[in-house]
Amino acid sequence: MNKIKQKDLILYSGLIILGLAAPYLFSAFKVQLTYLCVLIVLAMTWNLQGGEMGYNTFGNILFYGLGMYLTASVQVGMFFPLAEWTESGGEKTFVHTTAQYFQGIGVGLLVSAIIPALVAGAIGYAILGLRGHYFAICTLGLGIAAGEIAGGIEIIGAGQGFTTPPFPAEIVDNEARGKFFYFLSFALLIGTFVFVKYIYGSRFKLILNAIRDNEDKAEAMGIQTMKYKITGWMCSAFFCGLAGGIMGGLIGYIDSTDVAFDGREMGVFMVLMAILGGKGTLWGPVIGATLFHFFKEGLWTLILGWQYVALGVLIVVIVIYFPEGLMGWLREKYPERFGEVIDEKDRKAQVELK
Amino acid sequence: MDFLIFKAPMLMVQASLDGILLGILFALIAYGMALQWGVMNIINIAQGDLVILGGYIAYTMYLAGIHPAWGVIVSPIIMYFVGWYLYKLVINKVVDRDLFISILATFGIAIVMQQLMNFIFGADVVVAQSEYGTTMLFDNSVTLPNSKIFSAFISVLYAVGLVIYMKKSRLGRAIRATAQNARAAKILGVDTEKVYAATFGINAALCGVAGALIAITLTLHPYVGLPYTVRSFMIVIVAGLGNLPAVAISGMGLGLFEEFADYILGTEFRIGAVFMLLVFILVYRRFKLSKKREYLK
Repeated sequence: MNKIKQKDLILYSGLIILGLAAPYLFSAFKVQLTYLCVLIVLAMTWNLQGGEMGYNTFGNILFYGLGMYLTASVQVGMFFPLAEWTESGGEKTFVHTTAQYFQGIGVGLLVSAIIPALVAGAIGYAILGLRGHYFAICTLGLGIAAGEIAGGIEIIGAGQGFTTPPFPAEIVDNEARGKFFYFLSFALLIGTFVFVKYIYGSRFKLILNAIRDNEDKAEAMGIQTMKYKITGWMCSAFFCGLAGGIMGGLIGYIDSTDVAFDGREMGVFMVLMAILGGKGTLWGPVIGATLFHFFKEGLWTLILGWQYVALGVLIVVIVIYFPEGLMGWLREKYPERFGEVIDEKDRKAQVELK
Repeated sequence: MDFLIFKAPMLMVQASLDGILLGILFALIAYGMALQWGVMNIINIAQGDLVILGGYIAYTMYLAGIHPAWGVIVSPIIMYFVGWYLYKLVINKVVDRDLFISILATFGIAIVMQQLMNFIFGADVVVAQSEYGTTMLFDNSVTLPNSKIFSAFISVLYAVGLVIYMKKSRLGRAIRATAQNARAAKILGVDTEKVYAATFGINAALCGVAGALIAITLTLHPYVGLPYTVRSFMIVIVAGLGNLPAVAISGMGLGLFEEFADYILGTEFRIGAVFMLLVFILVYRRFKLSKKREYLK
C-alpha cells in the first residue's frame, strides 16, 4: 500500500510542478492553458453528474453562465453603478484601481460559487425528480432559456453584451494578466481535483453510483436519494460557477448566448470531454479534456470554417463507436491495472457461452 | 394588468388566430416526432434542423423562380431520401441503445446540419414570398396573411393523409406492428430495418412539408432549428405518443401560448418563454406523477 502511495505522490507533485512551470515554459500559450484548466474542471464536474450519478445533464452551462455574469456584475457593482457601466458598453467611463479590481474579482468569485450552488439546490428538487432523457432535455431547455432570458435583461447588457472590467492598467508587466488568470484557474483545477478525489474515496460516491445503477433499489435500501442528488448537483454548480467567473474575466466580454450560456459550445464540450475520456472515472475527464483541447486547438486552425462540422462528426463518432471512452477501453484491455480480478474459469465459461 | 393586449380585444383575436394557425404547423412537426419516437424509441434533436432544411429546399425553388408553394410537394420527396440516408448512416446504430446516446448523436447531426446550411445558404434571415396577400377581418383590424391559412390547410391535409396511410397501407401496418413489438414483428416476417428507415424517412418528409410552409409563412435561418425540436418534444410529452387529436390540440395550445407570450413579455423573450414552458411542463408532470410515486418514463 505504501508503495502505491509513494507512486501517487511522485505523480501528483510532478503534475503540480508542471502546472506551475507551464506559464513560464509555454509563455505564448497562457490563454490556452487557462482554457485547458477550465475545461478540465467542467469535464470533472460534469462527470460527477453524468458519470457517477447517471443524470446526464446539458444544464451545467446554466451555472457556468450564471457565475460569469455574477462575477462581472459584482466586480462592477461594488464600485460603480452597474446600469451605467453596461450602457456605456466598451467605453471606459469608469476605471477600476488595482486594489478595486482584485477586491472585486475576489468577492465576485465568492458570490459566483455560492449563488449557482444555491440555485442548483433551489431548483434541484423539481428538476432532479425527472429521470433519464427527460432530465437531459429539461436541462437542455433550462440552459437555452437562461441564455435567451439573459439576452433580454437590460442591466446586464442585454443582447449588446457586457464588458468585464479590464485588467488594471497600473500593472505594467504585460505577462501579469495571463499569469493571474492562469494561476487562478490552476488553483481552481487543483481544488476541484482534490475535492473530486475526496469524493471518490467516500461513501457519497457509492451512493451516487447506487443511484446511477438503480435508483428505485437505492431508495428501497433506505437511501434518501433526492438529498444526495441535490448535494451532487450543488457540488457541480459550485465549481461550474467559479469556472464561469474566471472565464468571464479572461475573455473580457460576456455575450448572453455566445459566451455565457453557450450551450452550443461549452455545454456540449463538457459532455463530450467526459465521454471521450470515459465517464465514471477519476482520470477519464482529465484525459478527455486534455485530448479534446489539443485536438481542438490543433485542428481548429487547419479546418477554419469547418470546425463545427468536425465537432458534430466527432460527437457522432465518439458517441456511437466509443461510448465507454478511453478509460473504458483501457479497462477492457487491461482489467488488472484497474484492480479488477478476473476469474479465469469464469471468463472461459463466458467465452463458451458465446 | 397594464398590457396592451388586455386593452385591445382585437389584438387578442389577432393573437389567437395567429397562434392557432401556427400551432397546427407545430403539431405537424410533433406528429413526425411522435411517430419516430414511438416506433424507434429515439429522441431526435435534429428534428428542427430537418424542418429548416426542408424550408431551404422551398427557398431554393423560390430563388429559381418556381412558386415556393410547390415546395410542399417537392420538399418532402427530397427530405424522405435525406431521412433514409441519415438512418442508414447514423441512426441505425443508435436505435437499440440508451436514449441519451440517441440524444447526443442527433445533437451531433444537428450541429453538422446547421453548419452545412450556413455554408450553403448563408447566415441571413430569409423568407420565400408567396404573394398570397392578406385577408382583413373585423373592419380591417385583424390581418391574416393568406399564406398562414394555406399552411394550416396543407398541414391538416398531410396529417390526415398520413393517418389514413398508416391505417390502410401495408407499410403503415408494418410500422404499427413494429411500434407495438419489434421482436414479434421481426419473427412474423416484417423487415424491421426497412420499417425503421421508412419511419425516419416519413418523419423527415413531414419535416420537409413543415419547413416549406415555414419558408412562406415565417422566416428561415440556419440556427433556429432547436426551438422547433423543443416545441415538438413539448407537444409530444403533453399529448402522449400516438394520440393524434391530442397532438393537434396541444400544438394549437402551444401556438396560442407563444403568440400571447410574444405580446405580453415582448418578442425578445419569445424563445426563452418556449424553453421555460418546456421546463415547467416537465416539472409539473413530475410533481403530478410523484404523488403516485411514479416518474416520467
